[in-house]
Amino acid sequence: MIKSSVRYFFLAAGAAVFAYPFLWMLAGSIKPELEISNLSLWSSQASLHSYEQVLTKIPIGRAFLNSVFVSLSTTASVVLFGSMVGYALARLRFFGSKLLYALILFTMMIPFQITLIPQYILMVKLGLTDTYASLIAPTMMSAFSIIVFRQFFMSLPQALIDAARIDGCSELRILFLLIWPLSRAVIVTVAILTFMASWNDVLWPLIVVRERTLMTMPQLVTIFVIGGEAESQLGMQLAAATLLALPVVIAYAFFQRYFIEGMAYTGIKG
Amino acid sequence: MIRKMNILKAIRESERHGYWFVLPYIIFFLLFVAYPLVFSFILIFHRWNIVTPMEWVGMKNFQRLFSDPQFFRAMFNTFIFLLIHIPLQIAVALGFSLLLHSKGMFRGFFRAVYFLPVVVSGVVVTILWQNLYSFDSGVLNSLLSIVGIRKIPWLIDPGLAMPSIAIMATWKNVGIYIVLFLVGLQNIPKEIYESASLDGADKYSQFFKITLPMLNSTMVLIVALSTIGGFSLFIEPYVLTGGGPMQSTMSGMLYIYNQAFYFGHMGYAAALGFVFALVILTVVLLQRKVVEAEPS
Repeated sequence: MIKSSVRYFFLAAGAAVFAYPFLWMLAGSIKPELEISNLSLWSSQASLHSYEQVLTKIPIGRAFLNSVFVSLSTTASVVLFGSMVGYALARLRFFGSKLLYALILFTMMIPFQITLIPQYILMVKLGLTDTYASLIAPTMMSAFSIIVFRQFFMSLPQALIDAARIDGCSELRILFLLIWPLSRAVIVTVAILTFMASWNDVLWPLIVVRERTLMTMPQLVTIFVIGGEAESQLGMQLAAATLLALPVVIAYAFFQRYFIEGMAYTGIKG
Repeated sequence: MIRKMNILKAIRESERHGYWFVLPYIIFFLLFVAYPLVFSFILIFHRWNIVTPMEWVGMKNFQRLFSDPQFFRAMFNTFIFLLIHIPLQIAVALGFSLLLHSKGMFRGFFRAVYFLPVVVSGVVVTILWQNLYSFDSGVLNSLLSIVGIRKIPWLIDPGLAMPSIAIMATWKNVGIYIVLFLVGLQNIPKEIYESASLDGADKYSQFFKITLPMLNSTMVLIVALSTIGGFSLFIEPYVLTGGGPMQSTMSGMLYIYNQAFYFGHMGYAAALGFVFALVILTVVLLQRKVVEAEPS
């Protein structure tokens, strides 16, 4: 259709457009301040000076740990409860299960603009602002994960589950010891999407956390950049941005397929 | 026979444990979905700054909203954003997905690179583009000066700031849409092209008569997702411009945030959120209608 060489020219040009800014960021974070705005990625005097400055000026190490804790807790909770509810909806019979499923689908439709402020007020009323709980609680379970798990669990053979029941397995054991090992791909997909969303979220932390020692990493970096603390020092901004991007980029390097297919699936279903 | 009955009974018995499985979610739902929804319906009719008691104001929040130039400015800004973001996104995503669709080496690699900005935090992307867009020493203006074009005041000119943000948002999100188009392209049966070739249709008319119409539902989906994204636009103007220059990048979400958390106008902010949510829902429902009306 299109000549192969022309095709590769455009593909490579596209790759440059998407990759160059990241490479420029990485290079800029180790260049001396005066060289950063050069287009070239090369520097004769690479040093970790900008990183040292970021680490001493703002509590970014603490923010990193906060983000790890919040994102991992959220992810574990979403996978645990999402698979439990998904299993109940797919495989168990109880009065009102259809209604519950309809409610969960309805939940996916609600724009967050409606619930954001009442959720903040709930946090204030519960006295939870400036706590880890306020960062984790509102995203502990997700309608999306329940729907994904339900869909997958419905495809499993009934005989498998009945056999375990006849052997006297409790439903919890069936879910965790029989079904979880069969659902690795789904669990990884849900875990990755949840972790990424949680790690990158900045609006909710900005709303519920003011205490610097509790701030998540994107929040701290945002406040650092707009608050004038960076004193227009580009090297420090780029070093902070690199540190913020790194964990997700590393995860992406290992689980690329899950990221891409998961996001595409979310787009189609959502 | 009796044994079999007992086994069935055991299975039925076991299946009744569903309540325990969904109980945590029901508590979660009541607290974080039902309560906020109900409370937002109360809040929109009140004036409240959280500290002093709530004051009933009836429809005043909405009266104020529909005479608030800043609200219309935010709506207009979102419209400008979408006007540039949606066509650009569809054109770029369609172009790259067509390039990637034909068989060839390194497809996985290119797809992975195009998708990279999607997974990275919006804060990182915004810091990057702040420097790309910088007037004096930014990468974009440096590139332009190499080819002899005057520097462009990307984020400084009120007429250019929102389009600049729309370009940045396209760069960040287009990876998702490339993948969605690739899925759409894979779902077009090859036989259609074959019989079209036999009928003498050239590549050009095949593209416009087969490929584009078959991707229609993907495009409708992209319009809906972009619209939701446009109304959720927050961190980009928050970091880049603070809503300026001259309110030109004040997005809906940023306006809600300012009303609620700078001025403490919880009731008014809730009313704003309510109206923005209604607009989003209307667009999403229209999208569903268009997709369902399509003969598949």
